[in-house]
Amino acid sequence: MNEIPLTHILFVSTALFFIGMYGLFTRRNIITMLMSIELMLNSVNINFVAFNKYLFPDKLDGLFFSLFIITIAAAEAAVAIAIIINLYRSHQSIDVDDATEMKF
Amino acid sequence: MSNYLYILWIPLLPLATFVVLGLFGRKYFAKTAGMIGTASLLTSTLLSIVAAKQYFFVDGKVNGVYQKIIALKYTWLQFSPNVSIDMGVIVDPISVMMLIVVTSVSLMVHVFSLGYMKGEERFATYYAFLSLFTFSMLGLILSVNIFQVYMFWELVGVSSFLLIGYYFNKPSAVAASKKAFIVTRFADLGFLIGILIIGFYGGTLDIGLLIEKFTSVQSPEFISITTASFLGASMLTWGLVLIFMGGAGKSAMFPLHIWLPDAMEGPTPVSALIHAATMVVAGVYLVARLFPVFSMDEAALTIVTYVGAFSALLAAVIACTQTDIKRVLAYSTMSQIGYMMFALGVSKNGGENGLGFMASMFHLFTHAFFKSLLFLGAGSVIHMVHSNEMKDMGGLRKLMPITHAAFLIACLAIAGIPPFAGFFSKEEILTAAFHENKLIYGVALFTAALTSFYMFRLYFNIFWSKEAAAKAHHSAGHDESHDHGEGTWTMKLPLLILAACAVGVGFIPFSQFITSDGAALETHIDMAFSIAPVALSIIAILLAASFYKSHNAKSDKAVAFFGGFYRAAYKKFYVDELYLFITKKIVFPLIGQPIAWADRNIVDGFMLLLANTTAKISTAIKGLQSGKVQNYALYFFGGVLALSVLFIYIWK
Repeated sequence: MNEIPLTHILFVSTALFFIGMYGLFTRRNIITMLMSIELMLNSVNINFVAFNKYLFPDKLDGLFFSLFIITIAAAEAAVAIAIIINLYRSHQSIDVDDATEMKF
Repeated sequence: MSNYLYILWIPLLPLATFVVLGLFGRKYFAKTAGMIGTASLLTSTLLSIVAAKQYFFVDGKVNGVYQKIIALKYTWLQFSPNVSIDMGVIVDPISVMMLIVVTSVSLMVHVFSLGYMKGEERFATYYAFLSLFTFSMLGLILSVNIFQVYMFWELVGVSSFLLIGYYFNKPSAVAASKKAFIVTRFADLGFLIGILIIGFYGGTLDIGLLIEKFTSVQSPEFISITTASFLGASMLTWGLVLIFMGGAGKSAMFPLHIWLPDAMEGPTPVSALIHAATMVVAGVYLVARLFPVFSMDEAALTIVTYVGAFSALLAAVIACTQTDIKRVLAYSTMSQIGYMMFALGVSKNGGENGLGFMASMFHLFTHAFFKSLLFLGAGSVIHMVHSNEMKDMGGLRKLMPITHAAFLIACLAIAGIPPFAGFFSKEEILTAAFHENKLIYGVALFTAALTSFYMFRLYFNIFWSKEAAAKAHHSAGHDESHDHGEGTWTMKLPLLILAACAVGVGFIPFSQFITSDGAALETHIDMAFSIAPVALSIIAILLAASFYKSHNAKSDKAVAFFGGFYRAAYKKFYVDELYLFITKKIVFPLIGQPIAWADRNIVDGFMLLLANTTAKISTAIKGLQSGKVQNYALYFFGGVLALSVLFIYIWK
């Protein structure tokens, strides 16, 4: 079977990363921004797994790292949702442009 | 040697009273503060008497010489193995004597104030300040370390400042308290430099060690301090003169005396305590404490002598012209302290030649009693008449018989009429001066006559003179309820006790107890020698009587005769004006203003520049902190990008 070259996978992960970044900067809805961040994290996961598979097939460090990242992402989502709920209660909105009190 | 540790309680009790009354007095002890203060001081006084009895009669003497006992020494700040600031309690003849003087006079003042200050709004604060003063003075007396002296010295200055400015809504009292504080602070600058010089060469700050080192001619410290010289005088002279400058400031010696008359703005009992009997003799005490060192340096002692003698004469002349009765007493205090100073100055250390030292201490002791009596008597009079001016008084002897009797005794005592206390001490001083320096003796004799004159001028003006005027004043006295007669028993009792002291303390065989080296000194009053001063005093009293006993024109004629001299003396020889001229015309424009300019423009300017620059930069960049999360994320990614570029392409 003809193997998929590493560069293809890296291309996918890079595309995913910048799609996430684009979403993070353009969306005003916090939940959408959170989802964009998840995209970026997953692009990193893909990188880890791919490098592990292609460069160090006899090691598992990359897999472990991606597992860690998934865990952290889950925890982060929980914290972020809690923050968002509180934000909604105080501002009646989850638009980031409505929550700009923390400035100079 | 037995335990003297309980002496520690003598200063600590007033301190505790100060803390309690100062913190809680206005709220909880507004009425009882006086009793609390008096009770705690009574305990201190009794302890002092016990200590004096134990020291002088039981165990102070070893082989006929009174020992110096360090009852307690606590090393507080250790700078190097030899140099440390200690807190301690010294027990020797002069400190025990001063304990008695300070506690008993302070007790009398506390009792007197019960009546005099009754109904004052800040009654508790007044007693708190009195206690603070008493504590500081007692601490000063018991000091073992010259730096401990300095600390208590400043505390005394502060409490004096607080008490002079007690009537803080009276501008003249505020000005007087500031003047007293600034003048004595200025003198204390000299004191501090003196301490540092002496401490530097002596290698220690402990008074006992300093005396030990500087009194042996062979010690390396003595040789180094006498060989080092600055502007033609040895460092020993400089150090001692500067220390004496501190003493002169507190003791109101010329030319640092200008604060004392103004300090009379304080409540009269305070004047009796601070500006008559205790604080102003701190300078004398300081010189006496370091006397063995002073006696090694002829030049310093000469300065002490002449400053003392000149102050005595100057103050006596001014006192003859003043009309405010408290000011007359203030100048008389200055004059008497001048006596004590020159008595120290003409003395030598040890043996028969130490007569001056003993006489000075004796005069300090007797003076404390009759001068505080005079002040308290004046307080009684002021309480009655509501004025300090002589012209508002007269013919009071029938209205205030007890005050009159007490005042007369005090006047006789200060005039040196036998057998009152002042006679004995003054004779000793005159004898000491006669043997050492005839010029000083002449000055002292003349001053003694002047003293009698102005004291009896005061006496006759208050209690005799214009009878009708006093009566008119009295019946016209606004309303009868305001008229409280001679005062409460708490005001009469101290007068009686002090009057008894003014008669009696002269008979104490002082030379047996307090001498420069601790050994008893044989003295005798030579009748032939006493004739001159006593006769002069009596002549002066008769002169005063003829001038002032009844209202007549003789005094005006005398004023006219002296003319310009009288006016100069009345204006205190323009010393105040001279100070004002120096400060306002020379110091302020030539030194003060340039410094103020530099402070405002250079020192402040530099700081303002820093602050303004910071403010400007922050205004320029504060937009970065927009509060928008996405902007922050953008900066973050920008930063990551920049770092990546840095790591990948530049730091390969």
